[in-house]
Amino acid sequence: MFADYTMAELTSIFAMQGFAGLILFSVFVLMALGLAIIFGQMGVINMAHGEFMILGAYVTYLTSNVFSSYLPESLYGSYFFIAMILAFFVTGALGALVEWSVIRHLYKRPLDTLLATWGLSLIMQQLYRSIFGAREVGVTLPDWLMGSYAITDLIEVPINGIFVMILTIIITVAVALMMQKSRLGKQTRAVVQNRPMAAAVGINTEKVDRLTFALGCGIAGIAGSAFTMVGSTGPTAGQLYIVDTFLVVVFGGASSLIGTVASAFTISQAQSTMEFFLSGSMAKVLTLLTVVIILMLRPEGLFSLKMRR
Amino acid sequence: MNKISSLIERYQLSHFIILAVIIFIVMPLALDSFRLNMVGKYLTYAFVALGLVLCWGYGGILSLGQGVFFGIGGYCMAMFLKLEASSPENTSIQSTPGIPDFMDWNQLTELPWFWEPFHSFAFTIVAILVLPAIFAFIIGVAMFKRRVGGVYFAIITQAIAAILTILIIGQQGYTGGVNGITDLRTLHGWDIRTDEAKTILYFVNGALLFVCLFAARYIIRSKLGRLLVAMREREDRVRFSGYDVSSFKIFIFCAAASISAIGGAMFTLQVGFMSPTFVGTGPSIEMVIFCALGGRLAILGAVYGALVVNWAKTSFSESFPELWLFAMGALFIGVVMAFPNGLAGLYQTYIAPWLQRFVPEKFHWIITGRSQEENPELPESLQEEKEPSAEDKKSTQGDLSHAGN
Repeated sequence: MFADYTMAELTSIFAMQGFAGLILFSVFVLMALGLAIIFGQMGVINMAHGEFMILGAYVTYLTSNVFSSYLPESLYGSYFFIAMILAFFVTGALGALVEWSVIRHLYKRPLDTLLATWGLSLIMQQLYRSIFGAREVGVTLPDWLMGSYAITDLIEVPINGIFVMILTIIITVAVALMMQKSRLGKQTRAVVQNRPMAAAVGINTEKVDRLTFALGCGIAGIAGSAFTMVGSTGPTAGQLYIVDTFLVVVFGGASSLIGTVASAFTISQAQSTMEFFLSGSMAKVLTLLTVVIILMLRPEGLFSLKMRR
Repeated sequence: MNKISSLIERYQLSHFIILAVIIFIVMPLALDSFRLNMVGKYLTYAFVALGLVLCWGYGGILSLGQGVFFGIGGYCMAMFLKLEASSPENTSIQSTPGIPDFMDWNQLTELPWFWEPFHSFAFTIVAILVLPAIFAFIIGVAMFKRRVGGVYFAIITQAIAAILTILIIGQQGYTGGVNGITDLRTLHGWDIRTDEAKTILYFVNGALLFVCLFAARYIIRSKLGRLLVAMREREDRVRFSGYDVSSFKIFIFCAAASISAIGGAMFTLQVGFMSPTFVGTGPSIEMVIFCALGGRLAILGAVYGALVVNWAKTSFSESFPELWLFAMGALFIGVVMAFPNGLAGLYQTYIAPWLQRFVPEKFHWIITGRSQEENPELPESLQEEKEPSAEDKKSTQGDLSHAGN
C-alpha cells in the first residue's frame, strides 16, 4: 500500500497523522486530568465527568456569543481566556454542589457513586438538550487562531491545534505543581493516604473532599473550553469520551499524573496512527481491546505506587 | 387445600405464586396482544436484572457489560432465524441467493465461517447458553484471579461493552451494522410474527424466567450463596478460611451471563430483530437500574424492577419524551441514596407490616414470604453499609487502591 507514495509524502502523512494524534492526546489529557484527581485521589467514579466537560464547552459558547454581540470586535480575540476562567469556576461550583448534595453521602459505596453520577449525567444531558437544542453548536474562532502553520511544503499544522497543545502543557504542569506543592494538594494527598490522621492534625477533611472534587470538575470545564477549539459541542458529546477517558486513567495507573499523561499519549497515538491503515472504527476497537487486554494482564496500570495488600 | 398451603408456606413460595399469577393470568387477561408482547419484552430484561442480582447483589461484582451477554444471546438467536429467513427461495432476487440480505448489500458472496453452525437449531441453543459463559469465563479468569474487583471491574466491563458495540457497527457485512439483524420470520417454519405466536412466546418466556428464578433461588440458598455474601462483606476472611474466592466469583459471573443471554434470545424471538442498541454501555448500565430498583438482593424484585422501569419508560416516552431522561436520572440518584434496597426493601420495611395489620396472624406468611418457624432474615449487609466502621472504610479504600500483589 505504500508503493504509490514517495518517501517525502509518507513522512508528511505520518507527521500530520501524528499531529492529529497530538490533538486527540490533548483532549484526552485535559479530560483525564480531572478524572485522575477525582478517581485517583478520592476513589470516586464520576460518570458525569463528560457532562461537566460539555458544560465548560457551553459556557465558552455562551461567552463567545456575548462577546460577539455586546462587545467591540477588537475584544473578540481575547474571549477565550475569559471563557476558560468562567468555565473553570462554573463547573467547579457545580462540582462542589454535586459533592455536597450527592457524593459525600456515598464515599463508602464507590459502586453506588457510579450509578448516582450516571443518573446525574442523564439529567445534565437532557438539560443541555432542552436549553441548547439537540444540534451541535460551535464557536467562531478568533482570527489569530485561524489558519495553519506550514513547517515544510507538505506538512501543515493547524494553529488552533498548537494552541490547544500549549494549553494542555500549561494546565498539566499547573495541576502537577498544585498537587505537589500547594497547601490544598498536600492536604488532599494527606486525606487520601490516611483520613483519620489527617483529621487528627486539624485538616478539615470534608472541605478538602469538596475542594478536590470541585477542582477535578473545574479542570473538566477547562477541557470542555479547549474542546470547542477543535470540535463542535452537542448534548451527548461527553458520553462519547467517557469510556476512553476512564481507560486512559486506569491504564495510566489511577493515582499517577505522569501515568495518566503517558497513557493518554500511547492511546491517542496508537489510535490515530491506526486510523490511517484501518477504518476509524476498527482502529478504535483494536486500541481499546489492546488496552483492555493489557489491563487484564497488568491491572495496576502503567505507573503505579508500589503498595502491599 | 390445607396441605398445599402448608407446602407453600414451608417452601416460602407465596411471593413466587403471586408473581406467577400476575405474569401468567393477570397480564394475559388484562392486556391486548400488542401490550402483552411489550410486557414480554420487558420480562426479557428481567433475566439480565436477575443475573445482576446474583453477581452484583450477592457477589458484589458490578458488571456494566451485561448488555454484552444479552446481546450475544440475542445475536445467536437472530443469526439462526436470519439464516432460516434467507433461504435461497426467499432471497432469489439477490446477486448471491441464500445469504442474509445485509451481506448481499455489503458485497459479500458467501456466508462467513462463523455463521455456518447457526444453520442448526441445537447448536444455536447450546451457543446461547455456552458462548456467553465462555466469554464471561475468560473475562472472569483474567480479572478475578488477579484480584481485580470493584470499580475496576465495572470500568473494564463497560469498556468491553463499548468495544463490542463499535465492532458490531463497524463490521456491517458480518453483523448487519447499526440496523442489526432484522426481518426475522420463522422458527422451524413456525411464523413468529403472528399474534398467536407472540402469545405463545410470552408464556414460554415467562416459564423460562421462572426456571431461572428458581435456579437463582437455589444458588442463593446453597452454601455457595452464603459464601458469596461472605465474600462480598469480607473477602480476605473468606480467603484466609481456605476458599478459592476467585472461582466462586467466576462461577457466579458466568451464571449471570448465561441467564442474561437467555433473556437476549427471548428478546429476539418476541421483538423480531436484534441490534447493537441493546449491547452498548447505555443499555448495559440501564439494566443495572432494573436490578437496583427492584432491590439488589431480591430475585423477584429484579422482575418487578424491570417491569416498572420499562413500563415507566414506555409511558413517559409516549407522552413526555423529554422528561424521561430526567425521570431516569432521578431514579438512579434516588434509588442509590434514599433506598438502596429498592422496592423489595420498601416492601419489607413499610408495606408488609402495614398489610399484616389487615390479615390474621395465621396468614402472615403470605405477606412476608417466610415460613412462621423461621426467624426473619433481613439483608443485613446494606443496613450495615450505611454506618460502616472505620475498618470497613479502610477495606473499601483498599479495594480501590486495588489489584496486583
